[in-house]
Amino acid sequence: MSNKVPTPDELSKIDYTPPKKGWMDTPVEFKPGTWCYGSRPKYLESVDFPNPRDWKPTDDDWKLPENWKEIFLKGMEERLRKYRSFRLFMDICVRCGACADKCHFFIGSGDPKNMPVLRAELLRSVYRKYFTASGKLLGKVAGARELTIDVLKELWYYYYQCTECRRCSVFCPYGIDTAEITIIARELLNLLGLNTDWIAGPVANCYRTGNHLGLEPHTFKNSIEFFLSDIEDITGIKIEPSFNRKGAEILFITPSGDTFADPGTYTCMGYLMLFHELGLDYTWSTYASEGGNFGFFTSNEMAKRLHYKIYAEAKRLGVKWILGGECGHMWRVLNQYLDTWHGPADFLEEPVSPITGTTFENAKSSKLVHIAEFTADLIRNGILKLDPSRNNHLKVTFHDSCNTSRGMGIFEEPRFIIRSVCNHFYEMPEDTIREKTFCCGSGSGLNAGENMELRMRGGFPRANAVKYVKEKHDVNMLANICAIDRAALPPLMDYWVPDVRVAGVHELVGNALVMKGEKERIVDLRGEPLPVKSESTSSEEVKEG
Amino acid sequence: MELKNLLSEKRDVILERWFDLILKSYPADTSSFLRNQKNQSTNPVGHTILKSIEGLFDKLIEGLDHTSGDSWSSFLDNIIRIKAVQDFTPSHALSFIFDLKKIIREELKNDPVLNSIQDNSGSGNGITVELSKLDSRIDALALDSFDIYMKCREKIYDLKAKEFENKTFRLLQMANLIYDKEEEQRLDKDHGNLKKAL
Amino acid sequence: MGALFSLFTVLILVLIAFAGVKAGNLHFLFGVVIPYAAIITFITGVIYRILKWAGSPVPFRIPTTCGQQKSLPWIKHSKIENPSNTLGVIKRMALEVLLFRSLFRNLKTEIREEKVVYGSEKWLWLAGLVFHWSFLIIILRHFRLFVDPVPAFMHLIESFDGFLQIGVPRLFITGVILLVSVAYLLFRRFFIQQVRYISLANDYFPLFLILGIGFTGILMRYFTKVDLVNTKQLIIGLFSFKPEIPEGVGVIFYIHLFLVSILFAYFPFSKLVHMPGVFLSPTRNLSNNNRTKRHINPWNYPVKVHTYEDYENEFREKMKKAGIPVEKE
Repeated sequence: MSNKVPTPDELSKIDYTPPKKGWMDTPVEFKPGTWCYGSRPKYLESVDFPNPRDWKPTDDDWKLPENWKEIFLKGMEERLRKYRSFRLFMDICVRCGACADKCHFFIGSGDPKNMPVLRAELLRSVYRKYFTASGKLLGKVAGARELTIDVLKELWYYYYQCTECRRCSVFCPYGIDTAEITIIARELLNLLGLNTDWIAGPVANCYRTGNHLGLEPHTFKNSIEFFLSDIEDITGIKIEPSFNRKGAEILFITPSGDTFADPGTYTCMGYLMLFHELGLDYTWSTYASEGGNFGFFTSNEMAKRLHYKIYAEAKRLGVKWILGGECGHMWRVLNQYLDTWHGPADFLEEPVSPITGTTFENAKSSKLVHIAEFTADLIRNGILKLDPSRNNHLKVTFHDSCNTSRGMGIFEEPRFIIRSVCNHFYEMPEDTIREKTFCCGSGSGLNAGENMELRMRGGFPRANAVKYVKEKHDVNMLANICAIDRAALPPLMDYWVPDVRVAGVHELVGNALVMKGEKERIVDLRGEPLPVKSESTSSEEVKEG
Repeated sequence: MELKNLLSEKRDVILERWFDLILKSYPADTSSFLRNQKNQSTNPVGHTILKSIEGLFDKLIEGLDHTSGDSWSSFLDNIIRIKAVQDFTPSHALSFIFDLKKIIREELKNDPVLNSIQDNSGSGNGITVELSKLDSRIDALALDSFDIYMKCREKIYDLKAKEFENKTFRLLQMANLIYDKEEEQRLDKDHGNLKKAL
Repeated sequence: MGALFSLFTVLILVLIAFAGVKAGNLHFLFGVVIPYAAIITFITGVIYRILKWAGSPVPFRIPTTCGQQKSLPWIKHSKIENPSNTLGVIKRMALEVLLFRSLFRNLKTEIREEKVVYGSEKWLWLAGLVFHWSFLIIILRHFRLFVDPVPAFMHLIESFDGFLQIGVPRLFITGVILLVSVAYLLFRRFFIQQVRYISLANDYFPLFLILGIGFTGILMRYFTKVDLVNTKQLIIGLFSFKPEIPEGVGVIFYIHLFLVSILFAYFPFSKLVHMPGVFLSPTRNLSNNNRTKRHINPWNYPVKVHTYEDYENEFREKMKKAGIPVEKE
């Protein structure tokens, strides 16, 4: 019988399951497409960071200072003293595993060291060895391990595979926040000159020119003016924004990425149109030309150094308050750090919308208002004339950005705006939005090109939820309020859910905004034809949401 | 015909074994997560793999009795798109296709009904013929999967290139802005000359 | 390896107590010295831990926000999940500590392929919750042994706990629940591969220890029936600082007491400090009101910055050319 139903032994089966070993005995393997290039010396030099040299993460010799171990441990000791979060999170984890499957990198890659608990244990094991009695005494039994060069490499590899999205922290019974641990681990790595090029570059640029892209003042101005002719073509309206203007009421700050690359540029056009239509007394700044802060992905000190310019510029220009554009980590920093670093901002006034008279009480100390709060207030007060049918060709879903969700809690404002400017809005499944939102997979400075595979895996849970609404509701536009999202989601969609595009919420506002004296619009902000009027107003289509 | 019925009967057990075998290529602790959590949004990888192999299997046996074009590409695409960013050699990524041959044979070998047919009447030959047909269908599946794998990898490199392009595009565009008029005229002239020459 | 190591450690501890009392006749050591040493270690250790944590400041206000922020008045604010004041924080902490709110998030009922399916983690939440609560009730119940006369609330707890009215002495349901939930928590660590992968000896040891404490406790109450009067005499002696060793207290009690002592002494050096620790967690115990109220970082220090002046000095000519206003012409 066996000759009639032969077993094809020629198809030898390879078993990929690695031998069952403890994670401490599984050395790190630098897989292609999962790590970013090491930082170039010139970037570290320009911000006086230690150990600038040419190095590759795959090199055997990382060219570390002789006493690297001492530096690392001393840095750790210092941070245990400075951050209660760090000391506490090193001590109280019970390894219940609730966080294990909450990380998008674990879900998408299957690499067990991407489980948040294990990512933290990588550093915790070192903590136990050098800072606890049981670890010093019992060693491995107590979960402690020596800090060796291989352990250091493992720390580098995995702490640059965390997007600091805080999703695990939501599910942790003690609120242990891997982002906090990653932030500190990266600080320690930076003491040895172990940054990535993709983070160190923008940091160096930003320090000198005020923005990540390194746009000098005239170029920054140029890049914004670049939109004006497009806007004029589309609406027939000529806009003249001002730069570094003293005496303006409001200073507007937004990530420079949006002035530069599609589709963020359309969001930027949306801002310009909205402010023009309101006749807002505001100014851009070429010096404070970046709301984002890649320093935040380097060290607390670097983040603080980069964001000095925000209040300083507001003070120099004599504005009353600051309006911030759509961005994720920029708002984590503005919401939870800036006032502590550089406040009190007592030279500014409690923000009041000059259009509606609404006082933004929630910003009375820091004087920083989120543009979604500002616009939602305008719409609520009926200030804007909107024609949502101009977005009828779009079936929109909304991606909550990690930082604004779990480091701020801005959920309803953008949804209210989208519902006001679009007729077709659909939510993704409940456990993938709001505080449970899945990361784009490219946050915290991981949106480089060389780690594309990592980004695609990490973004898969998000993409999969988009795919779900695409199949169910024909969704074709992924809206968000984050500049990193606008840079990272398009390739993610391109790979996993082709035909879904990405837009900032204020691009949709710009489309729907009926401006005084505008000509009849035939194209949207992307220069693509608007839906035909008669067809788009058929009411059944509108109702389905 | 018989083979098709047999396989339909054994669908669940074959799929379960296939799924298990695919998950084995992940670290043990990961595979239990992929297996146990079947929620589409919280375990998209496990869910997608399961749904895809179900679809693949059905298309595979559906096509046994007619020669219509194979419509398995969407299922194949879903699973390989994941594999293409997780496994870095095609042999690792695509070996799961060949696993199916082994599983089917082992399942059939253990089947008492099939054994009795073959022993008594010799009509097992029919099964053997059908089996070789199935084999070639699985081979076709494998060939298709190579195409898809390559397409996905090309997409990844395409995305990497695009990232780089995006960084420089705007600068070029802005630089062009300065030389815009002259550049255009010069190009027009060249173009005109070219036309004349033709 | 961690599990076996922990199991053997607990067994050895049991043997030590057994041999010490039975063969070595060290009643005073096991009945008085070790319990006192353990409780001193526990108290000083926990205080040391808390002081150590409290000694590190909270430089930034970093709550993990799990609901709508307080912004415009017409937008419904999620007062507990994203607290804007102390009251909200207290409610949030209460939910966290008393009901394990965050773990509960894992629990999600949903309909999948026409079947109602529960999130896989509901058992973790349930087992964790009933484990902690029954442990608390059991500790409270033990107060009847510490004081004389027995306070009134004890009767309430006991009648509640023994509501099943089975057996003599009456079966306390919490004892059973404790053992079952600990067994489940242990089972998870053995059989859920992910959890096994991350588990250390530190994770198995307290579970085995608590199992040992539970078993010896149940043995004492329902099976070997220790002499309650003498036992209580010993315990009250301990608590009134007039320690004495009455006759006729069974060895099983000494084993129970020894394991409890080990648990207390082990507590401050282990992950068990999550109990006081959770109250200090900066992602949970702070309100999300950074924009209304400035948070002070005690070690905030001046940093090297790139001032506008430096900036203008570098780019002045380009700025002027581009028509951007400058400070110095």
